Amino acid sequence: MPEQPHQPEGAIAGTGMGGAMDLGASEAVTLERAPGGPPGTGPAGRPRSLWSDAWRDLRRNPVFLLSALVILFLVFISLWPSAIASGSPLTCDLAKSQDGPGPGAPFGYDGQGCNVYTRTVYGARASVTVGLCATLGVALLGSVLGGLAGYFGGTWDSLLSRLTDIFFAIPVVLGGLVLLSVVTSNTVWPVVGFMVLLGWPQISRIARGAVITAKQNDYVQAARALGASDSRILLRHIAPNAVAPVIVVATIALGTYIALEATLSYLGVGLKPPSVSWGIDISAASPYIRNAPHALLWPAGALALTVLAFIMLGDAVRDALDPKLR
Amino acid sequence: MGRYVVRRLLQMIPVFIGATLLIFLMVNVMGDPVAGLCGERACDPATAAQLEKEFGLDKPLWQQYLTYMGKVFTGDFGTAFNGQPVTELMATAFPVTVRLTVVAIFFEIVIGVTLGVVTGLRRGRPVDSGVLLATLVVISVPTFVTGLLLQLLLGIRWQWISPSVRYGTLDELIVPGLVLASVSLAYVTRLTRTSIAENKRSDYVRTAIAKGLPRRRVTTRHLLRNSLIPVVTFIGTDIGALMGGAIVTERIFNIHGVGYQLYQGILRQNTQTVVGFVTVLVLVFLVANLLVDLLYAVLDPRIRYA
Repeated sequence: MPEQPHQPEGAIAGTGMGGAMDLGASEAVTLERAPGGPPGTGPAGRPRSLWSDAWRDLRRNPVFLLSALVILFLVFISLWPSAIASGSPLTCDLAKSQDGPGPGAPFGYDGQGCNVYTRTVYGARASVTVGLCATLGVALLGSVLGGLAGYFGGTWDSLLSRLTDIFFAIPVVLGGLVLLSVVTSNTVWPVVGFMVLLGWPQISRIARGAVITAKQNDYVQAARALGASDSRILLRHIAPNAVAPVIVVATIALGTYIALEATLSYLGVGLKPPSVSWGIDISAASPYIRNAPHALLWPAGALALTVLAFIMLGDAVRDALDPKLR
Repeated sequence: MGRYVVRRLLQMIPVFIGATLLIFLMVNVMGDPVAGLCGERACDPATAAQLEKEFGLDKPLWQQYLTYMGKVFTGDFGTAFNGQPVTELMATAFPVTVRLTVVAIFFEIVIGVTLGVVTGLRRGRPVDSGVLLATLVVISVPTFVTGLLLQLLLGIRWQWISPSVRYGTLDELIVPGLVLASVSLAYVTRLTRTSIAENKRSDYVRTAIAKGLPRRRVTTRHLLRNSLIPVVTFIGTDIGALMGGAIVTERIFNIHGVGYQLYQGILRQNTQTVVGFVTVLVLVFLVANLLVDLLYAVLDPRIRYA
């Protein structure tokens, strides 16, 4: 029975999914072994976990490798954009307005005479930062709130469920327009904060469901019978076994947050100039779409590729982590 | 059935109050409602005080909310920045957006479900991989990019359509509707595909084939009907998202619908317009969800509402 999620011993190597989980995993194994016979073993003679199985699948999945490569490249250029683009994205020369490709500007120039290539490269930083920070925030807040509600149940749980219902009833783009239209700050943080504020119910529902499922397992009963405290059961036994669906949904959501940032910037309430963002560039280029479509197509292409990479990564991770699809 | 509907309607009340209160707070706390009335300059203090008194803004927020909701239930949504009653704006804006949403949902059902059935039945074949890849690409390209691209190609380069919508008639809304539907369309395709592929192996399908029913009947009556439940859920929750998300599509194609009015209301910080429109959108979302739950019983006879 190599696929049972609560027997993860060889899980640790290379999953990169976080330390707390691995600790919890080995704890679960010791408890499992006490009453039963010999543990199930994989072909290598060691029990294989969901995580090591998933990692084996992922390593052989070309879709995963390709999207991971694209994402690594994006992270690289958001950390060191000057490595592949010379000049500043804010130095523009009106004389070159809407010009085609030239030396040092393979993508041409936009309406303000800015170098489209430089701006496209520098725009990656905003998207990657917003995407990663928003996902991290949403995943943390959502899984803590949803997990606690699922574990303890009762009033807090029904209250939280009603609260998520309320948040689901508000259209996201609309909420963004209302909340962000009065923000004058020029950083990514209001956008990230808004996404965390409106995004957590999605993860909280998933986490709640996963915790309720994990709660009913025998090993949780066993741990409780041995006198483990609530926090110990939650962190060491339930969390490692409930985290997979959260990771899957969060990875896919990352791509949608990047698209949402661009949409909000396009509507003029996300990031604002002089920040460099693909959404801002697309919005600025759309009035000149007739004469200078290249100023719109390059940032739009970069945006689409980024979102695609994250969604494909999420798809690959889901295929690897969802035992039903095996 | 009747008791179930009543219970669901009662459950909708706290969600409705919560959502409208949230929007009300967002609009009021974040912006200064009076500032928008004085145009670009700051209001002089006496005018501001007079206006605040006139609109009841000097009262505590919860009292404002109660007064506002009380008026809403008598059909008075207040006045917009230009002195027009908000209900008048709604009367012109909602029909356009409803048409746009209907076009979008039509595309979702017709194209999405068809592609989903075709790929679900041929899982792993070239058609399947091709459509799957196409849906991934469509999901990845944000709506405003799809819209701008189609506007550039169909409206400006090839001149098949007019790049901006003038009257909001159905034929003008075909391309905007497709743009609005695009991302959801891809999700519907993938959802139907997974659902069909899962149910294809179920016992009742095997039984239906074994008792000699024609393929077409097995697919439409047995397989599709049972596979549609998650799809119906998705489309139901999507109605609210589509009407709210129409803000982007309406901006690209210059459609004067709900999104346009909301955008104007937000830019001019007109509380009455924004809260009014959002209130109606929240209601639409809740009612659509209720209808979806009732549709379950029609699709799956195992589900009964006592």
